[in-house]
Amino acid sequence: MRVSKPTMTWRTIPLTKHRTWAYFLPYGLWLALFVIAPVALIIYQSFFDLGHQVTLNNYRTYFHSATYLKMTANSAWYAFLITLFTGLISYPTAYFIHQLKHRQFWLLLVILPTWINILLKAYAFIGIFSQAGLANQFLTFIGVGPQQILFTNASFIFVATYIQIPFMILPIYNALDDLNPAFINASRDLGASSWQTFRHVIFPLTLPGIKAGVQAVFIPSLSLFMLTRLIGGNKVITLGTAIEEHFLTTMNWGMGSTIGVVLIVAMIVVMLLTGDQKVKGGTPR
Amino acid sequence: MTEPIITLRQVTKRYDSHTILNNINLTLESGKFYTLLGPSGCGKTTILRAIAGFMQVSAGEILFAGQRINDVPANKRNVNTVFQDYALFPHMTVAENVAFGLTLKKLAKSVIAERVAKALKLVQLADYGDRAISELSGGQRQRIAIARAIVMAPKVLLLDEPLSALDAKLRRQMQVELRALQQRLGITFLFVTHDQEEALAMSDEIFVMNQGEILQSGSPVDIYDEPINHFVADFIGESNILPAKMIADFQVAFGGHQFECADAGIPDNEPVEVVIRPEDLTLTTPDRAKLTVTIDNQLFRGDYYEITATDTHDNHWLIHSVNPAEDGTTVGLTFRPQDLHVMRFGEKEAEFDARLETYDDLEDDTVDQT
Repeated sequence: MRVSKPTMTWRTIPLTKHRTWAYFLPYGLWLALFVIAPVALIIYQSFFDLGHQVTLNNYRTYFHSATYLKMTANSAWYAFLITLFTGLISYPTAYFIHQLKHRQFWLLLVILPTWINILLKAYAFIGIFSQAGLANQFLTFIGVGPQQILFTNASFIFVATYIQIPFMILPIYNALDDLNPAFINASRDLGASSWQTFRHVIFPLTLPGIKAGVQAVFIPSLSLFMLTRLIGGNKVITLGTAIEEHFLTTMNWGMGSTIGVVLIVAMIVVMLLTGDQKVKGGTPR
Repeated sequence: MTEPIITLRQVTKRYDSHTILNNINLTLESGKFYTLLGPSGCGKTTILRAIAGFMQVSAGEILFAGQRINDVPANKRNVNTVFQDYALFPHMTVAENVAFGLTLKKLAKSVIAERVAKALKLVQLADYGDRAISELSGGQRQRIAIARAIVMAPKVLLLDEPLSALDAKLRRQMQVELRALQQRLGITFLFVTHDQEEALAMSDEIFVMNQGEILQSGSPVDIYDEPINHFVADFIGESNILPAKMIADFQVAFGGHQFECADAGIPDNEPVEVVIRPEDLTLTTPDRAKLTVTIDNQLFRGDYYEITATDTHDNHWLIHSVNPAEDGTTVGLTFRPQDLHVMRFGEKEAEFDARLETYDDLEDDTVDQT
C-alpha cells in the first residue's frame, strides 16, 4: 500500500501559480483549437439544414428513421463484438507477456504493427483474404476449398480486432505491472489457488486497465469506416460510414454533424460507464 | 523440549552464482516467539519466504511438524504471513479482507462473521469492519494485516518487518501488543527485523544473521551478554570492543593492563577481542579505578548520560552513566570481571557453545568468590 501523496506539493503551488499557467499554454491552445472548437462547430452545424436554416429537423430525422437507429445499433453491436474479442485475446496475452523474461521485447512486438498505417494493413488483409489469397490457398490445401472470406462481417470483425489489440494489451499490461506482487503472495498465503487469486485479486485490481482498454477500443470502433468498406464490403454500415457519406457524397453537413453529435454522446456514455467509480479501498495499487 | 513445528535443514538459496542463504539450520518449537535479526540483505526475509512457500530453496529441507514441505504450494501450508507493506486488498473492506481466507474455505457465513468479529476484536478494531482500507492509518492497517493472518488460526505466523513503517511510539506500543497476542494465542511467531531493540524486547529466541548465515542463536540475554563475535556485539546494542590478548584462563590484557575476566578455554597469549557494554562501566576516582580515561564529550539522553572518553592507549570508550562528568577531566573506570566478555576471532557457534560448557561450573565459582 502506498502512502497517500504528501501535502507538501500542494502547499508550494501558490508560489509558482503564474509559471504553471505558462506551462499550460501550448496544451491549452491545442485543446481550444483542435478539441473544443471542432466539437463546438459540429454541434453548431447539426442545427442547420441543407438550405442553411436553423432547424431541429436533423435530430427529428435521426430519431424517426429506422435506418439511422438500426445503423446506430449496428455500430454499437459491432463495436461491442470487436471490443469483446479484443479483450478476450488481450488479457491473456498481456498476462502471459508480463510473466516473460524479455517482456519489453515482446511488448515491442505487440506495439510494432501500430506503426504501420491502417490503410496498408487493410490492403494487406485484402491480399490475404482474396479469392486467390493466402487464406484460401490454405483452405484449398487442407481440402476445404476456396471460400468467400473478404467482404464478410466475420472478416471485418477479425481485421478490426487485429488492429485494436495493441491498444487493449498496453493498458492491461500496465495495470498488471502496477499490481503489487505482495497482493498475489498474500492471496496465496491465505489459501487461494492460482485461479482464485486471479479471480478475487488480480482481475479486480487490474480492472482499471481493462476499462482504459475498452475506452481505447470501443469508441474508435464505433466510427470505423475504412475497414467496413475495404474489408467488410460495406455490408455493415456504421455511424462512421454515414458521417463520411454525408460530408463527402451527399454534402448534407447538418445531418453528418448530427450523427457526429450522437457519436460524441455515445463516447461520453462509454466514458461514464467505464470511468473510475468510487473504488472501495482507494487507489488500486 | 517440545515437538519442533518448523525445521530448516541445511537450507541454501542461490540466484545464479550469488548465495543468499548458506547452509541454514534452525528449529522452531511450538508456541514461542522467534526473531530473525540482521541488517538488510542478510537473507532473513528469504528464510521467511521459503517457509511461507513463495520461493523454492536451492538445497536443503524445510519441515513442518516433521513433514517435508519443500514442494507444498503456499496456499496449502498451515502458516500465514503479515507482510511488510501489509498487502491489504484495496478493493475490499476491512471485514472482507479479514474474511478472505475463510471465504475461500467455504465456511458458513455465520461462522465467518463470528471469526472475523473475534479477530477484529483481538486487534482492538471491532467497529472497523465496514471501513475501506484507504481510510485506515498505518497502525490500523498493521492490526488488520495481523487480524487477517491470525483469523486463519495458523500454527506459525510469519511477520516480515511489520513494524518498520510505524513511528517510534506506535512501534513500541505494537511490540507490547504483539508479544501479548503471541502469548495469548500460543502460536509460534517468526518475526523478521533489523531493529535489535525490537528483537531483544519481544523474543524468546533470536537468530542473528549476516550475509546469508546464522551467526548466533539464543535468548536475548545470552546474545546481549555473550555475543559470539565483533559483528554480533556491534549489531546488538552499543558496545566497547577492544583488541586484547588472552594471558591465561580468566586473565585477559588490554589497554596496557591485565584484568580478571569470566572467560576460559582459550589458548594462552591468543589475540582476542573484549566487549564491555557502556552501561557496565562505572565512573569513579582515578585512585580506585581499573582504567583511567579523559572525558571527551557527553550527551544527555534523558535517563542517562552518554559519555565518550579516551584512555592512555588511544582507545575510545562509550560510557552510560546516571551522573554527569566534566569534559576534559581525567576519571577512573571500573567494571566487574563478568562484565568483560572475550571473543575469539572466527569462532563458530558450535565451538563457542562447547567452550562455554567446559568452564561454566568453574565460572560460577569464581563469580561467587568476588
